[in-house]
Amino acid sequence: MTTKKLQYERPVIQKLNTGVMNKFGTKTEYSPVTHIENNSVKELINKFGSPLFVISEKTIRDTYHSANRAFKNRYPKVQFAWSYKTNYVNAVCNVFHQEGSWAEVVSGFEYNKALGNGVPGNKIIFNGPDKREEELLLAINNDSLIHIDHLDELYLIKELANETNHRPRVAIRVNMDTGVYPMWDRFGFNYENGQAWDAINKIMLNDKMDLVGLHCHIGTFMLAPSAYGIAAGKLSELALAIKKKYKKNIQYIDMGGGFASKNTLKGSYLQGVDTSPTFDQFAESITTAILNAGFTENELPLLILETGRAMIDDAGYLLGTVISNKRLSDGRRATIMDFGVNILFTSFWYDHKISPAQEFGQHTEDAVLYGPLCMNIDVIRENITLPPLMRNDHVVVHTVGAYNMTQWMQFIALRPAIVMIDTQNVAHVIRNRETLNSIQGDEVMPTHLKDFKL
Amino acid sequence: MKIKKNIALSDSGFVFDPATGDSFTTNLIGMEIIKMLKDGKSHQEIKTAVLKKYLTDEATFEKDNYDFINMLTKHRLTDGDEKEKD
Repeated sequence: MTTKKLQYERPVIQKLNTGVMNKFGTKTEYSPVTHIENNSVKELINKFGSPLFVISEKTIRDTYHSANRAFKNRYPKVQFAWSYKTNYVNAVCNVFHQEGSWAEVVSGFEYNKALGNGVPGNKIIFNGPDKREEELLLAINNDSLIHIDHLDELYLIKELANETNHRPRVAIRVNMDTGVYPMWDRFGFNYENGQAWDAINKIMLNDKMDLVGLHCHIGTFMLAPSAYGIAAGKLSELALAIKKKYKKNIQYIDMGGGFASKNTLKGSYLQGVDTSPTFDQFAESITTAILNAGFTENELPLLILETGRAMIDDAGYLLGTVISNKRLSDGRRATIMDFGVNILFTSFWYDHKISPAQEFGQHTEDAVLYGPLCMNIDVIRENITLPPLMRNDHVVVHTVGAYNMTQWMQFIALRPAIVMIDTQNVAHVIRNRETLNSIQGDEVMPTHLKDFKL
Repeated sequence: MKIKKNIALSDSGFVFDPATGDSFTTNLIGMEIIKMLKDGKSHQEIKTAVLKKYLTDEATFEKDNYDFINMLTKHRLTDGDEKEKD
């Protein structure tokens, strides 16, 4: 008769330290996450490889509905535009477009991506400081909304307007003091020192282009909804001043993006889920400022929002696998994962929530989580409390949907596949794992370097 | 490798060193290894017992036990002068 063996767990011993307890109690982030929307983490990794990005279509749609509801309950004319730079995997973009989002792009590359996805040219907002001549011409001919960043661009558009039958539809990007530090003043024209008004005058006095909107993007990972209220108030004042001086209604006010997601910034005492404002708080601040600015009911401008991070971050997961455990010289546990800062760029900014993907006992260890790169900066978490992970165990990194799939670096390894779980809980590959050819397919070898003898 | 004789170990995994006042917590398998060390069991005997009871392989246990013993030593719970009995 054979006896059934017990599940093995690595032996651990931890010194008990007396000290000041965290007033919120002990951390519980090591609760196992074995499934993502009915898909077993282990099976996903077996099928699609590790590491693996997983995106929940349902979470994207739910988040969009929540944001849309928060603004539309408070303001009659609201339009979201999907911020391509936050995540421009086409399947992700199309979920937002299916929900009604326009496209907000910041480069010619992104502009062409939006066109390729089928977004009509007049529903593409073209932001950013680097718009090439041919890209601007394309945008003008497509009736896209061009948000002018600097005077050089304004004068270039003037020149281009003479070459085409289309009247460029433009807005200016306005930077301003909203009471937060640091103040973003490198993009667009300043409100307080009169630059913005100068640019407006130059556009209004030109008979070849139409000023249709005012835009701002006051910061990123903003935790103060009141700053948006100040910005919306200042843009509204500008719009009303334009109406007074030029008898022209501004069609839209674009508040940009920057809403914080539920991630926890490094050095933050409280968890992001407890501190990040809700969509309702941002919506209340923005819409109150516009509604109280003095527009008549018919003159109320369309409110455009380019929210990226807060829309997609929650929908993204990164699944990974333990490569090894080791002990550092000072006795700390170090665990090496098969994903590093090359594909989890946001670990430079956040203490990402990381959960084991299998059941564990009640004992935990404090550890440092390293990535697999041969670089000292490759640290995923400087300190984290996790159960004793073993080689080949899996983990789930939460809230990684924003920026990682656009800012990831191809460094010494191939980038992983991306899978989207649809609303019926079926997993689809939406970007294949890279191959050697993905990287060196565009390389060219000069003839004299083709051969060598060793 | 021997555990200090005066180390107290509770059934719930609480470890107390009366000489320093330090206290520790260990998991079930850690507790069993400490008990076996207190009973004077050799490394080989401990390995055999663990492999018989738990779903693991020899290499995994060797790595983990090496780390565990190092941590016991780092926490000054072992008699450093005594040689390991094999």
